Amino acid sequence: MKEIINWMAEPIRSFPTFAILFFLMLKHYKTVGTKKFAYISLAVFFPAICWFCADPNFIKIILWPDNIPINILIITITFFTWLTLYKCAENDNRIEAGQLPLEALPENREKVWSWPNLVYTELFMIIACTIFLIVWAIIFKAPLEEPANPTWAPNPAKAPWYFLGLQEMLVYFDPWMAGVVLPVIILVGLILIPYIDTNPKGNGYYTFAERKMAITGFMFGWLVLWIYLIIVGTFLRGPNWTFYGPFEFWDFHKVEPMYNVNLSEYFWIKIFNTPMPTSLILREIPGIIITVIYLLMIPPIIGATKFGKKIIEKSGQIRFYIFVMLVLGMTSLPIKMILRWLFDLKYIIALPEWELNL
Amino acid sequence: MSEELQLHLNRREFFSYLSVGWITFTAACAGMASLAFRFSYPNVNFEPEMEFLAGKTSDYEEGVDERWKNGFGVWMVKVEGKLFALSNICTHLGCIPNWLPAELKFKCPCHGSGYYMTGVNFEGPAPRPLERYAISITTEGLIKVDKTKIYRSEKGQWDHPSSFIPV
Repeated sequence: MKEIINWMAEPIRSFPTFAILFFLMLKHYKTVGTKKFAYISLAVFFPAICWFCADPNFIKIILWPDNIPINILIITITFFTWLTLYKCAENDNRIEAGQLPLEALPENREKVWSWPNLVYTELFMIIACTIFLIVWAIIFKAPLEEPANPTWAPNPAKAPWYFLGLQEMLVYFDPWMAGVVLPVIILVGLILIPYIDTNPKGNGYYTFAERKMAITGFMFGWLVLWIYLIIVGTFLRGPNWTFYGPFEFWDFHKVEPMYNVNLSEYFWIKIFNTPMPTSLILREIPGIIITVIYLLMIPPIIGATKFGKKIIEKSGQIRFYIFVMLVLGMTSLPIKMILRWLFDLKYIIALPEWELNL
Repeated sequence: MSEELQLHLNRREFFSYLSVGWITFTAACAGMASLAFRFSYPNVNFEPEMEFLAGKTSDYEEGVDERWKNGFGVWMVKVEGKLFALSNICTHLGCIPNWLPAELKFKCPCHGSGYYMTGVNFEGPAPRPLERYAISITTEGLIKVDKTKIYRSEKGQWDHPSSFIPV
């Protein structure tokens, strides 16, 4: 059983599993968003997690001081995702029955004074958080390590927990892409959401049925890409950044046969059986063509479909193209991950001479 | 302020007092700032030298030698009739890889980049091989490694005569 879970946890199997579970969850959100479902899954998962924790390797990773925030994060995210779906299901059922959403009822629209209602809550939360942090700091002490040495790195060298998703992205990308370009796209994209998405539905009340695409798109990026990568980077990456299953011992000598190849090497050496051309542009021409097609051809193609036409009609050309470019930036991550797992593909365009790799 | 003092202090005197006060204040601030600036520099600098003597060529066995790794960040590699000084900085994001003698490869602990003994990248996200430092033999017959000059494989610089010593 543990062997099967270790085998299933490999990114190539766990990523599609996680994505499929995500889409199933959103498809059947009315089933997931019930208290009955929550109790049943709690009853199923609680013993399962206890059984997981009985494993010495698993409990060691879980209780590693750096990983405690991720445990808290997983629990809170699971709960809040369920809570959102629960509230969405409740409201969508009401809207279907021709009633107002819960938040629009007169008793919920009543206004209250910020003093004392809000200020008291804030004061209580400040005290509670302070106590929590102090207790945490007492229980899990910060490790005192040897003096910093610029010619030595810990193994595995892990970023702070909130950056582990980025560090996991860096496995598939050049530092310029995963360290600068993609984070900027993520931040700019998040800032642009209110300007691109001018649909007033869902403002001030929970609903899924009225905002299917927006919620699915956002939650895919959040749960399947960001949170999944944090979980992999935290719990499943061991020495030398090799992948280890949740029950696997972190053996420093685990060897993973890997041989990563650039697209240009595939193209010239494997397919055409010729030496690599000396001209850089000619050498990378297959990758450049694919990138240009990806960035310049896909947006108009989507715009020509029925789905794209609907968005253009609703929000205009400029908003549509910015939106599609942001989505293409997001989907480049799973595309590159899958290409790496399936074909050992390293870079689509590899120009280390110019420090430019895609 | 008393009436008497008001009478004594005319406009010109007020300005001279003001100038003295202002200059003192500025000087004190500048002094504090320069002290703070000085404080941000270390008293002792432990930066390794950019040039060092690495013994004789006969000191090195075939394979990777780690004796200069902690002091200077250099691996001495003797392979295929060449002795060269390999940088220990990963070309992906600048971490410090480890030499794994059992697997005969350098492996970076940050994102899993792997390099052959020659420094050529073959696994993980590293886009190019490890860099080599300039290496030469002094008149006394000692090896001199110069970290200010680097030779990069993807630019075809590994054939440069000062990037290796034939052995």
